[in-house]
Amino acid sequence: MTLAAQYVANGLASGGLYALVALGIVLLYRSSRVLNFAHGDLCTLGAFLALSALQAGWPYAASVAAGLVGAGLASAGFYQVLVRPVREGTVLGLVITTLGFALFLGGFMAWVWGTDTKPFPSPMSDVRVYRLGGVVISELTAGSLAAALVLVALLSLLVQRTPLGLAMRAVAQNPVAAQLLGVPARRVLAATWALAGMLGASAGVLLAPVLLLDPFMMLDPFLKGFAAAVLGGMDSLPGAVVGGLTLGVAESLFAGYVSVKFKATLSFLVIVAVLLLKPEGLFGRPFERRV
Amino acid sequence: MSAELLSVRNVEAGYRRRLVVLRGVSLSVREGQVVALLGSNGAGKTTLLRTVMGLIPDQPEKGEVRFRGALLNGRDPDAITRLGVALVPEGRGIFPELTVAENLQLAGYARRYTRSDLDAVLDRFPVLRERGRQLAGTLSGGEQQMLAVARALLLRPSLLLLDEPSLGLAPRVVAEIFSTLRSLNQEGMTLLLVEQNARMALEVAHYGYVLEAGRLVLEGPADRLREDPNVQELYLGVQREASPKGFRRWRPKRRWA
Ligand SMILES: Nc1ncnc2c1ncn2[C@@H]1O[C@H](COP(=O)(O)OP(=O)(O)OP(=O)(O)O)[C@@H](O)[C@H]1O
Ligand SMILES: [Mg+2]
Repeated sequence: MTLAAQYVANGLASGGLYALVALGIVLLYRSSRVLNFAHGDLCTLGAFLALSALQAGWPYAASVAAGLVGAGLASAGFYQVLVRPVREGTVLGLVITTLGFALFLGGFMAWVWGTDTKPFPSPMSDVRVYRLGGVVISELTAGSLAAALVLVALLSLLVQRTPLGLAMRAVAQNPVAAQLLGVPARRVLAATWALAGMLGASAGVLLAPVLLLDPFMMLDPFLKGFAAAVLGGMDSLPGAVVGGLTLGVAESLFAGYVSVKFKATLSFLVIVAVLLLKPEGLFGRPFERRV
Repeated sequence: MSAELLSVRNVEAGYRRRLVVLRGVSLSVREGQVVALLGSNGAGKTTLLRTVMGLIPDQPEKGEVRFRGALLNGRDPDAITRLGVALVPEGRGIFPELTVAENLQLAGYARRYTRSDLDAVLDRFPVLRERGRQLAGTLSGGEQQMLAVARALLLRPSLLLLDEPSLGLAPRVVAEIFSTLRSLNQEGMTLLLVEQNARMALEVAHYGYVLEAGRLVLEGPADRLREDPNVQELYLGVQREASPKGFRRWRPKRRWA
């Protein structure tokens, strides 16, 4: 029983980070109908920028902020310069644009920071542990989960309670109608992309101490975040959070009781199962064309 | 004569997949007027309003659209809205998954409105006051149309464009909408009204234009248009006297074509 609880605790911790990645993907998908394959690389970019700031002697918080701002600007810039002009075109064109940007970012990071893996410091320790009953959880794991949950809460406040969040929801539903009310739809979309980049960078910064930082660090977490987004319904922010946590727990239980080797396959199975059984996901509505 | 608010000069416009829809349209809306734009399905009425609002990228192809003398060509729709032109679009353009209150709140995004602005608008449409927390998508068609007009009014435009506000509504609701439009105009608002319901439109309008296949084919004061035999037959459904052979032509002949 404690073993199961331990698996669940571990699963929640990685699930919180999957949720952060999934939120970035969903945020863009529901406002721009773009599947951003460069999202993982933007997360990594944020972590690298934070690392450079740390190495330049900046304090931890300022370094993380720099990473977030850098990734946010890169994401918004990508939208303004490449995605928006291509948007008029086909879905395939968009997919290729984001894939191309992903490759570009990967190459850029390899060129600037090299391809060897780097340790990434964290103010939290992974050897100091908390015990709850029989469950052991490291400070780093607990802190990451807490940070992820705080970020999710902040995002939902922003989206549900602020004028910018309202404009973001309106633009996602009907950009033309939003413009007709004087809402600068393009700037709101750029802000949405910036926000997705910042969420991604925070996932990158939280993952880097565990995974060690290299330009391809996010390959696997991106896939997990994507699976979590599909599970949650692509369109729903709460869905992305529930999808991320569910996937994290399922994966951890699967690794514990079935097979560690096939753990990574589980997210792929989840995508296939969702597409077959409930294509609209847990929280999505059945597909309707947007007006 | 009052000042010209909207001026459309020799506008040619279309879409990427259909290059020419408007073939040289010129019209003008003066301050304080209600102008009706009539025309059958596919004539290009919606295209004209969309062109004015800058909603079709890179259009108009040729010609000029001016508001209070300022060129609108090439401006973004949200910028045109902030200049004081509001459009209640075809299909109403409400946000179905936002509440009624949020739909109204959005109109204050670019330029805040005051509590008393809001009260004035809600007094005009009291149903909306009761429905504040309801999702806009669950409103009836008539209530959605009122919401769309209310939102546009909160932008405090000097020129209000309406694209078929009566579409799909019961006669009683249509009458209500039109009486709102009439009182808005009496309070000084200038309106450009696209309508299939030519009878109602020509009752409130001072001036009217008829658009056919992308060209303006007729214009004049509303009372003259009401008397025009072609308008009567095509848009007002007035039966002409039988032809000498004793049957009606299966298709009315357009004298202006
Ligand atoms: N997005 C578009 N792409 C290509 N062609 C379009 C597009 N929108 C409209 N059209 C075409 O332009 C022409 C004029 O359409 P428009 O919607 O302006 O007509 P309308 O006068 O508003 O008609 P209705 O009374 O039915 O609303 C039609 O032939 C239509 O098929
Ligand atoms: Mg139309």
